[in-house]
Formats: sequence, structure tokens, C-alpha cells
Amino acid sequence: MTPLTLKLDGDRHVVVTRRFAAPPEKVYRAHLEPELLQQWMLGPEGWTMPKCEHDARPGGTFRYEWTDGGEGSFIATGEFIELVPPTKIVHIERYHLPELPGPTPDCRVETYFEADGEGTLLTARMTMPDAESREAMLATGMEEGMEASYERVDRVLGHG
Amino acid sequence: MSITNVFSALSDPTRRAIVERLSQGEATVKELARPFAISQPAISRHLKVLEEAGLVSRRVDGSTRPCRLRADGLGDVEEWLDMLRRTMDANYDRLDALLSRMDDAPR
Repeated sequence: MTPLTLKLDGDRHVVVTRRFAAPPEKVYRAHLEPELLQQWMLGPEGWTMPKCEHDARPGGTFRYEWTDGGEGSFIATGEFIELVPPTKIVHIERYHLPELPGPTPDCRVETYFEADGEGTLLTARMTMPDAESREAMLATGMEEGMEASYERVDRVLGHG
Repeated sequence: MSITNVFSALSDPTRRAIVERLSQGEATVKELARPFAISQPAISRHLKVLEEAGLVSRRVDGSTRPCRLRADGLGDVEEWLDMLRRTMDANYDRLDALLSRMDDAPR
């Protein structure tokens, strides 16, 4: 479908949009049913999600465990804040990475599923608790010595 | 330079436009002010924020101080956003395929 867009919004938000051919009811379900999530929320090629515990109600928690089949693994945990089928999911998430002493800062994610013709426009708005925490999150997995290029300007500003 | 500074520097639409203009090459304050309905001092204040965030540097050239983009200024932010974008792209491509296989009955 239409390519993903990813934009910074203020100093605490990242907004992602993506269109899907299926109606909101289906896209919403695919975000909440473990056996469906385990088929797509996998990250890079070669990773699987052997564990997907999910209590999809306000206050309910979730726990996802990913593995690359070898040494590589990490965990995400979180809580559901609000569920409005089939239009809105609000949750808090954090990542537990083996190389970090503690979890990454809590990230609040509001996911909206809007009817768009016969399909769905998905908008995910991620909010960091504060700019400092976003910096901490950004600092995870960062590498020094990036190749210098002006091309990245377009991509960072969301025009890429 | 801190990533927080970079984010807040880029949170302003005028500063984003300045960064975009500078991605095409060096420019003076006067040249930068031209497309905007704001004064040169206001542009200078925006430039100071961009400078402090490590995104822009200035040099002295006679009576002018042309500005240019610092190539390394966006590195960390771009790295993280790229990682996020790649991950979500791969996920949503798989979701497209899954959605086309799913039946229509709601549960």
C-alpha cells in the first residue's frame, strides 16, 4: 500500500502513518490478537515472537518476547490504557534489551484506525514522557561516526 | 551537542524550513530571510538555536557570516528514525499479507 511516513512532532512526539487495503476492523484485530501479532510484529527478517502474552483491556498488560533463533533476543512489556474498537488503541510500552541495565523509558503510543475508502489509514503517535527520556531512548542502539551526508535532512524531516 | 536540542531545534517549522534551505547549500541571513515573512533578527535567533543544537555552523566572509549545515548534526536522530522506519516497514508489509489472508468475521 502507500509507503510509511514518519515525522517528528514537537520535541516529544514521533508520528507514523500507513495505509492498509483492509478495513479498520481487520487492522484493529491484527493489533490485539496474539496469534495474529505473532505473524507480523517481528521486526527484521529472521526474527520470531515465540511468546506473546496479551490482556487487551484497559489496565491489562502485555509481554512480547522476540528471538533471532540464536543468541539474539529482547522483550517488550506494557499496559493498555484505552481500547475503542475498531478505531483506537492507547498503550504504554518499554523495551528490555540484554545490553542495557534497565528498561528503556516508557513510551505512550496512541494508534488510530480510520476508515479510508475500503481500507484503513493507521496513525501511530508515540509520546515520550519528556525530552530527556526521548534522548535516552534515542541513545539506545546508537552508533558514533555516522557517514556524513546532506541527504539525511530530507529523510529526517519526513520528505524522504 | 545533544539529541534533545536537535529535536527541539527541529520542532519549529521556520527552523525546519531553514534547515531544508541549507541542505541545498550555504546561505546568508539575508538570503534565508527572503522566503519568510519575518525579520532578519528573527532569522538570526532561529539560527542561534540551530547553531546551539549543532545543526548549523557559520563562518566569517568579509561583512557577512554565511551559514551552512553541519553534516554530522543529524546523525543520531537519523540513525534511530531509520531503525524505527525499517522495523515498521517490515512489520507492516507482513501485516498487509496477513490482512489479505484473514477472514472477515469479527470476534
